[in-house]
Amino acid sequence: MSTLLQIENLAVAFPGADGVMRRVVDGVCLHVEEGDAMGVVGESGCGKSLTALAALRLVPEPGRIVAGTVMLDGEDVLAMAESRLEAVRGGIVGLAFQDASAALDPLRSVGFQVAEAARLHGPVSQQDTPGPGAALLRDVGLDAEALWRGYPHQLSGGQRQRVLLASALSGTPRLLIADEPTAALDTVAQSQLAELLARLRAQRGLTLVVISHDPRFIERVADQITVVYAGETVESGARVSVLGYPAHPYTLGLVALTKAARSAGDETFPSLPGTVPIPAEWGCCCRFASRCPSVFERCRERRPALAEIAPGRRARCFLWSEAEEPID
Amino acid sequence: MTEREELLAARALTRRYPARGGVRGRGRRSGLLALDGVSLTLSSGEIVGLIGRSGAGKSTLARLMLGLETPDAGEVRFRGRDIRSLGRAGTRQFRTAVQIVFQDAEAAMDPRQRVESIVAEPVRIQRRRLGRAAFRTAALELLADVGLAGGVTLLEKYPHELSGGERQRVTIARALALDPSLLVLDEPVSALDLSVRGQVLNLLLTLHRRRHIGMLLIAHDLELVARICQRLVVMAGGRVVEEGPSERVLAHPSQSATRELLTASVGMG
Repeated sequence: MSTLLQIENLAVAFPGADGVMRRVVDGVCLHVEEGDAMGVVGESGCGKSLTALAALRLVPEPGRIVAGTVMLDGEDVLAMAESRLEAVRGGIVGLAFQDASAALDPLRSVGFQVAEAARLHGPVSQQDTPGPGAALLRDVGLDAEALWRGYPHQLSGGQRQRVLLASALSGTPRLLIADEPTAALDTVAQSQLAELLARLRAQRGLTLVVISHDPRFIERVADQITVVYAGETVESGARVSVLGYPAHPYTLGLVALTKAARSAGDETFPSLPGTVPIPAEWGCCCRFASRCPSVFERCRERRPALAEIAPGRRARCFLWSEAEEPID
Repeated sequence: MTEREELLAARALTRRYPARGGVRGRGRRSGLLALDGVSLTLSSGEIVGLIGRSGAGKSTLARLMLGLETPDAGEVRFRGRDIRSLGRAGTRQFRTAVQIVFQDAEAAMDPRQRVESIVAEPVRIQRRRLGRAAFRTAALELLADVGLAGGVTLLEKYPHELSGGERQRVTIARALALDPSLLVLDEPVSALDLSVRGQVLNLLLTLHRRRHIGMLLIAHDLELVARICQRLVVMAGGRVVEEGPSERVLAHPSQSATRELLTASVGMG
């Protein structure tokens, strides 16, 4: 197996109200081997979507990638010429954006939008009858003939999500990134989506990166997991070990949400106390310290580094490793 | 008021939406039959879970029961009387007693209003001559009730300055402002992170215990709502297909729609 996507110590900054660039992602590491199904999990506002966009150098203005490396199949994405980037976007990496209803053009038919994506990646006739786009729609489990002339508002949330996936697959990419694909889907549609992703992976030999705040969905679709908190990777490794034996207290908290939700009889619902700190509150030490049940002195003085704690397993926590980030 | 007095009841509600050229599915020509003879009785102080897939008719039923839409057939009764014949005072009472909380808290708030005026707006509408200090006290008490202890700083914030969980708490606080007997909650946690869903559901349980407030909790995530609800009502294709005590419905689902939701929910976990 070879490494398909390797993001190291990514930092993305946006100008604040005072015009000074402030890092909103700082310390994300993501290693995806060819053939992996990687799940990126963490609460909203931790930098998951920006990481996905950064992988294709699509960070929206006025944001900028200010540090770190992004390697795609051995090529440096941050040094790529625009022409190469265009070929890579959709051609090597397909991206299904968050919020399917906003990502589709409400004034264009489903057929037009999928065919348009297909045209971008190769010579396709302009015919408006179900063409190569139709095959894509069938691949994602949709009735291409019935939906071809339909418009996004006529589709269910699950159908819209599938149209988005079909478009993302139109350039026959090797890597598919799906950003919060379950948002707005009911549980049955979520379950069907998990099956679809597994099937696409098997049939097309796709590598997957699935981003979600819900560890229950990630558990279903991923075999590798990267946990992101407050703009940095805090843990990564194989699904069975990360979810079965969480190292970082944040991962432990996320897993507890799913475990306790399953056990009956308990009257109160599990939750993680507190909220994700905003970048201005990160400070120089461990960003999870304010919510951590295992916090100790050092966590409030130094920032732990993402360190290998077992083969293929990394964690950013002083409970597991002495390694720390250099002080700026 | 007795423990099991009928508070709000739907009787054989039917609602059809005109055809707008749907791609497929029910009623492409004849319109969409969103509700097909649905009956549901809510007693005071009871928490009922209304579950089903997207498009099953849950939100339509809620809108009809709130009087926000008129049924094509059937009636909605508030304390035994048809809501269309409540009269002025009765309607006012109904509108005070039954409040709604929507899924999208951001869309449910005016982005240009501060938290204080959002929360206390129902109070202002009811008692026009509330002084500024009393107004502020009322808002602070409501926010404390939903676990928001931000004090005056929080009152002066705008919706976009709040987290998703905080926003939903603010809309719950607003719904509580008139001390209602029944809260209709339409997917109150499905737009929230899993980590925050628990916090909001715990809040609902606390409110139920403290205020003995009745709730109709609309959701698709069976696993999450089942434990908060005493009774579950399952909808599919515009009909109620199953109804009963939560434990029974979960342990012995009799309908395929229920089993499908149950499997998806367990599969999620």
